[in-house]
Amino acid sequence: MIWLIPIIPLAGSLIVGLIGRRMPRTLATVIACGTPSLSLLLSVMAFVRLLQMPAEGRLLRSSIGSWIASGDFSVSFGFLFDPLSAIMALVVCGVGLLIHIYSIGYMAEDRDYHRFFALLNLFLAEMLVLVLADNYLLLFVGWEGVGLCSYLLIGFWFERPAAASAGTKAFLVNRIGDGAMVVGLIWMILLFGSVDFQTVLTDAPTVLVYGSVTASLLTLLLFIGATGKSAQLPLYVWLPDAMEGPTPVSALIHAATMVTAGIYLVARSAPLFQLAPVSLEIVAWVGGLTALYAASIALVQTDIKRIIAYSTISQLGYMFLGLGVGAYAAGIFHLMTHAFFKALLFLSAGSVIHALAGEQDIRKMGGLRQFLRVTAGSFLVGALANAGIAPFAGFWSKDEILAAVYASGHGPLWVIGALTAAGTGLYMFRLYFLAFEGKSRLDAHMLSHLHEAPWSMRLPLVLLALGSATVGFVGVPPGSGLLQRFLGPVFPASAHEATAEPTSEVVLAVAVLAMAVGGIVMAYRYYLLDPQRSEALAARYPALYRTFFHKYWVDELYETAVVRPTVTSARTLSELFDARIVDGSVNGIAALAARAGSLLRRLQTGQVPTYILSILVGAVVLLGYLAFSG
Amino acid sequence: MTATVPLNAYLILSAALFVIGVAGVLIRRNVLVIFMAIELMLNAVNLTFVAFARFLHSMDGQIIVLFVMAVAAAEVAIGLAIIIALHRNKESMNVDEINLLKG
Repeated sequence: MIWLIPIIPLAGSLIVGLIGRRMPRTLATVIACGTPSLSLLLSVMAFVRLLQMPAEGRLLRSSIGSWIASGDFSVSFGFLFDPLSAIMALVVCGVGLLIHIYSIGYMAEDRDYHRFFALLNLFLAEMLVLVLADNYLLLFVGWEGVGLCSYLLIGFWFERPAAASAGTKAFLVNRIGDGAMVVGLIWMILLFGSVDFQTVLTDAPTVLVYGSVTASLLTLLLFIGATGKSAQLPLYVWLPDAMEGPTPVSALIHAATMVTAGIYLVARSAPLFQLAPVSLEIVAWVGGLTALYAASIALVQTDIKRIIAYSTISQLGYMFLGLGVGAYAAGIFHLMTHAFFKALLFLSAGSVIHALAGEQDIRKMGGLRQFLRVTAGSFLVGALANAGIAPFAGFWSKDEILAAVYASGHGPLWVIGALTAAGTGLYMFRLYFLAFEGKSRLDAHMLSHLHEAPWSMRLPLVLLALGSATVGFVGVPPGSGLLQRFLGPVFPASAHEATAEPTSEVVLAVAVLAMAVGGIVMAYRYYLLDPQRSEALAARYPALYRTFFHKYWVDELYETAVVRPTVTSARTLSELFDARIVDGSVNGIAALAARAGSLLRRLQTGQVPTYILSILVGAVVLLGYLAFSG
Repeated sequence: MTATVPLNAYLILSAALFVIGVAGVLIRRNVLVIFMAIELMLNAVNLTFVAFARFLHSMDGQIIVLFVMAVAAAEVAIGLAIIIALHRNKESMNVDEINLLKG
């Protein structure tokens, strides 16, 4: 029955998308929200069956037929449900369902209500294909499918040029990563003769030599694909712009699910990465640097959704950092907790934007807590979880990643991670204090219209807040919690997680916690107690501030280094090659025929005597030839 | 009737008639005259056929002449109809002014 999990939302998408407009809106809504519920139910049932199996052999498979059969090479439409897929499917369906419910209220007044839900369902189906596929090729189908849905949903309000171009940007940047991934997949087929997870991952140690160049390049190609989808350096640029989409989309796609596809890919390919220490080192460093880099940008942004977007990039960096040091379970743990609190943050932000009729600039907010109590409360929980404050979810998972980083001997990376934790506390609470606390900076007209969101939006907030507060406990105690024991058999045995000494781990956790609290205290002093101080700080380090504010000028760099040369060369080619050579040759042949025709038409005088004369001359010449030729 | 007219005499006569016809077609500008010149050319050919038939003791030539005369009669009917139509439309019999098919 595993294959039903992705098929049901796909059917829902088709029904709502094709005939949704002709049915009552309530029915369409029920279908749109019913399909993720059914998928969630099936996932839970499969999960329960998994739990009843012995720990080492937890695996459910089902196939709905053969897809490609070519000689020795075959690919099936096969689905696989093991602990890793189970966690992913539960997160995708669970958070997805809550976001569907939230969207009922958020999108109620949008005229493309049906299109929105059809796309959300389609996205969910593709994401489930991605996480449940039992081979790389089917995974790639889901991979591209979520990319497509992302494009369609970012550009959902396509009348706005910014949304349309943000969608295109996401699509194009993802293409770069996907291109590398396709090369990797083809190479994998050449090496292994198969794309099936079990075959590839079991054969990996015999086919690939530990530390060989082949292993490193193959895993790096997969990792480049992952950096595109999971918004890591240097392919992260699409994610902040993706905030042009409706907020539920930002929550569902760009926080909780789609961007985690890269993490899932690397975690799923763990046996391959385990053979390529160089690749793992690169994964860890890319993750760590991205975490710090994105956090530094988030410090100075003013758009509520963009801050959370950069926070997402930063947290994804943490996950890659965990994967890179071999703490795969910790990475997936953080993925899971992050899905809860990031969806919560985005949905709370959406509630704020909804209440303020589209205002997203935190400098114009302030004091919202008195008006939006549920939203403010849930945002605070999300912020605490994101900042990694005990006992909220983010603390446990982040702590486990950083403990693994330290235990694996990556001192500098641990420092980067701890600095990022401080930055996270600072930017999260800068956002919270500026938006929800202090004096209101709203104008009177806006104040009179402030209203809390409808129940369909409040319910997911409360549920996600509960999740964000408690879901971290499945990973307690660190390293041997429920989740780690559940996921353990999926991943290759990794030395690092076991060797961390309990005492040093507590010291490290307290140190990181202190950093995060320090960040929060700093945010409190600079943004709530005395707002002038933050401006003074910005004025004291203008170069640093401008660098952060302009996002290290990376967009501008890509614009000059990649986009503009591409556009210029394309234009040159179109003007020179296409217009001159292609069009020129076609037009030239036509002109030649026309010229020949205009010359020949002079023969057609219309005067009978001329014709007769030419007949006569012809006859004479012919006769003369016959007479004298022999 | 012992002294027969030699074949060459017939052929020279018909060649002369044919050339006169061709010259008429080429030189004259009146459509009706051109038409008559064409008839002259046809009959010059007929004369050749008959002469050969007589000298070769074969009936083939005479049969073909009958065919040519039948075709010529049909041609006269159509040709005259065209000339009348032309006259009505162009108010002219001058072949130089008739160039509707000019490309």
